[in-house]
Parts: sequence; structure tokens; C-alpha cells
Amino acid sequence: MNGLKRGGAAIVGAAESDLGHVADGLNPIDLMAQGIARAAEDAGLRLRDIDGLLCATTQSRTSGLNLSEYLGISPRYIDTTILGGSSFMFHVAHAVAALQLGLCEVAAIAYGSTQRSVGRRQASVREINPFETPYRPFLPSTAYALAASRHMHEFGTSREQLAEVAVAARQWALLNPVAWEKKPLTIEEVLNARMVSYPFTVRDICLVTDGGGAIILTTPERARSLKKPPVHVLGCGSAITHANISSMPDLTVTGALESGRQAYAMAGLGPKDIDVVELYDAFTINTILFLEDLGFCAKGEGGSFVSGGRIAPGGALPVNTNGGGLSYCHPGMYGLFLLIEAVRQLRGECGARQVKDAETAIAHGNGGVLSSQSTVILGTAATI
Amino acid sequence: MEASPLAVYQSYLDKGELAYQWSPQAGRAVFYPRLVCPYSGSTQLEWRVASGLGAVYATTVTHPQQGEPYNVALIDCDEGFRLMSRVEDIDPMQVRIGMRVRFRLHKPPGDEPPYSVFVPLEGAR
Repeated sequence: MNGLKRGGAAIVGAAESDLGHVADGLNPIDLMAQGIARAAEDAGLRLRDIDGLLCATTQSRTSGLNLSEYLGISPRYIDTTILGGSSFMFHVAHAVAALQLGLCEVAAIAYGSTQRSVGRRQASVREINPFETPYRPFLPSTAYALAASRHMHEFGTSREQLAEVAVAARQWALLNPVAWEKKPLTIEEVLNARMVSYPFTVRDICLVTDGGGAIILTTPERARSLKKPPVHVLGCGSAITHANISSMPDLTVTGALESGRQAYAMAGLGPKDIDVVELYDAFTINTILFLEDLGFCAKGEGGSFVSGGRIAPGGALPVNTNGGGLSYCHPGMYGLFLLIEAVRQLRGECGARQVKDAETAIAHGNGGVLSSQSTVILGTAATI
Repeated sequence: MEASPLAVYQSYLDKGELAYQWSPQAGRAVFYPRLVCPYSGSTQLEWRVASGLGAVYATTVTHPQQGEPYNVALIDCDEGFRLMSRVEDIDPMQVRIGMRVRFRLHKPPGDEPPYSVFVPLEGAR
């Protein structure tokens, strides 16, 4: 066990910043601040109530300093852990610990990126690795494509099955007014799109957008007096298996197996108890890997599991209900948006894409090249 | 001052050899080369020259915006270490997982240091 208490903290505010292609001149700190202001309004809190700040972006070396200055706050607890797209799930676990220990009372977790406006190369400077760079891997796509090749080899997973993931995400995105993609997508269109790194075409790969947002956590006691129904943190887990794809122990098994095990144990729940599933879909293979590793199907069966619209609107298991990184928004480190969507689903705020009677949700973050995995399980008051 | 692990690795490549480290304490190969064994914590790592034989563990074909598609692969070397490389002398889409391959030195034009690539080892499995 990790020492965190089930229900030891609650999410009381959640908001996106501007998304897509934001106004010229906006920077990541602007978007973080905008997200926090909107999340505070959502919670019925003031900026000066925030005494814990957790944030990550690839575009500011000392984002914690810049964001504190911008907001005019001096947080008692600060954490700028950065482990890729899963950073914000790590932040949730750290915020729960900080709230439990009294290191702060109101913790904001924020993200901002302008990678579409400034270009990927400028938003995230690629590090040189003398043991990989000479082979010109197009990272991260090539790394995930290597993982997909292994899954296809060992389990017979097909390109059509990968495409099912992209099509389901698109169907959800069409129900989300703020999603980037607005047109339907077919399996044939995925397969016939421009090839990037076999087996992935551009439609197997997440979007490149701007965006940011924030969530606000507090103690369960304080949460009761705020504007929105609290969403309780039931379980957290994390695992790091490698940094570079050439050092990943087994390309068909991710650290989600371990992070999920920890989160389920803390929550006292299993995959059958989860109503809404939000998985970090940077690539179509991700959704398949995480459905397997988080126990929604057996290892190797992810491809057939996602087929026939099983994870699309109206399917047996609602997965990536906002449209995902594939069709809704992906500013580079997408994890925070999974948490925002999970919160909204549990509050019943999702309109046309609302999952009926949702009481529990899993938000699973992935970082690097399947390198860092972090799982958060959330629940309504009924689960406490 | 001792040479860095990268410099030693490159010096083997300059001689046309693919080198890796062996950790006597862990009883296994270590790759990429480093100062500390990740399996035992020992700083005693020995250099060995690999046979250059291995098998494809994972493979993809990357399509650049300009230029021809090329292979990127992970190779499991017979000595028990894995590295990123490229399989040449074959259509990149025909590179198969499990295919036996052999090390070949690649000398890029200009100042770039030489690096390892692999070619199919025909007839062997």
C-alpha cells in the first residue's frame, strides 16, 4: 500500500483553458492561469484560497515560479513533477498526500501548452540520445509503432482493430462541442491516411493542439461546503518502467499493470466496478494496451475487445468520452484532460455524451514512450 | 580521468566492433553503456565485444515528410542485450520480428560518428 487514504481528498473544481489554436501571443502560463481561474470559479473558491500549486509544462523551466508570480500567490506546497503526459495523475497522488498531511488545504493542478501555435519542435525540444538518435526515430510515433508491431506479432492485432479505436474516439468527439475534430471518420479513412510510422497513419496518432486547464482539490471536509458535488479520489497508483523505448522490458506490457493494481487496491474496486474509462490515447495502440493492463480484458484480447463499436458511444464500455487525444485535444501532455472529463462525467455535466448513472471513473495517464504510468480512480459521494 | 562509457563504445565502433558491458555481479549484459549497473548497483562493468548476431524484436517503417521510408528496429543481440538499430539490404516492410540479423558498421558522411546497423543473416534461423 502507498499510505494514501481512500477518499483522502476530493476534486472540487475542473476546467479547460482555451483549446485548439489559441489567440496569438498567449503562452502556457496564461493558459494555466486561465484554467485555474475557471476551475476556482467552478468550485466557488478564490485565487487566494489556493495554498498548494502543482503544475507541469515543457515550455517553462520554472513553471511553478512563473505561475505563482502570475497569480499573485505564494503557495505553501509546490510540486512541478514532470514525467510526460501522466504528470498530472502523479500530481493528484502528491496533492492527496499533501492534503492528508496538512501541507496545504486547497491544491490546484495546472497545465498549459501552445505547441500548435509555436510548433512542436519549439514547444518540446528533443533530447539527443546517442543510442537512438542516429536511427532517426520519429518520436514519439516510432516508439509506439514498435510497441504496436510487437502486439500485432504476438496477438494478431490488426490495423483494422487499431483503427476501431480512432473511429470510436471520433464518434465521442462528435458529441463534444469543444472537440477539435468535427467530421465523422471511417476505418477505411484511418487505414488510407498518410502513413507516419507503420502501422500508424496520421489518424492513429493524437492531435497537435494548444490547450491547458486545471483541477482543484481540497480536503473532504472543506469540499462539502463548496459549490459543486465533490468528486472523491478513491485510488492512486503509479509505475515507471523505462525512459527510452529501447529500454522497455516488454513492449506488450506497460506499467499500467502495476499502477492499476495499486489504484484498484486503494479504492477497493476492480475493473468491473468502473463506469467510465478515460485512457491516455496518444496512439491507437495505447487504448488497447491500457484496456488490457487495467484488466478490462485479457492480455492480447484488446484488439477484438475494441471491435464492433464496443468502446464507442452506445457500446458496452464507455472509453474516452471526450473524444480523446485522438479527436478532442492533445497539447502534448494530455493527462489533465482525462481527469477533467472524469470529473464532469461523475457530476453529470456531459450533455450528449453523458454516461448514465456514472458513479466511478478511472483516469489513466501515460508519459514518455509508455514510460510512466499513473492511474487515478474517482467516485461520487455514493462511493464513500 | 577515465574515458566516458560513450567514448569507449565509440572507440570500439571506430574499430568496426559492437561492444557492450558485462556486469559480473549481476551476471548479465548491460546496454546502453553506463557507469553503474542497473541490476546490481555495482560500478564494476567489463567491456566485451559482441558476436554481432541477433534477432529482430520489434520493427517499424518510418515515413519522413521528405525522402524515402526507412526501417527502425529493436534488435535482441545473442549476448542478452537489446538496442535500437536499422535493418538494411532489404525492403523495410519485409523486416520481420524474429528474423536473424548480423551487425554491420555504418559510416555516415561528414563528421557524424559511425554506428551499428544490421543486415539479414540468410539461411539461419
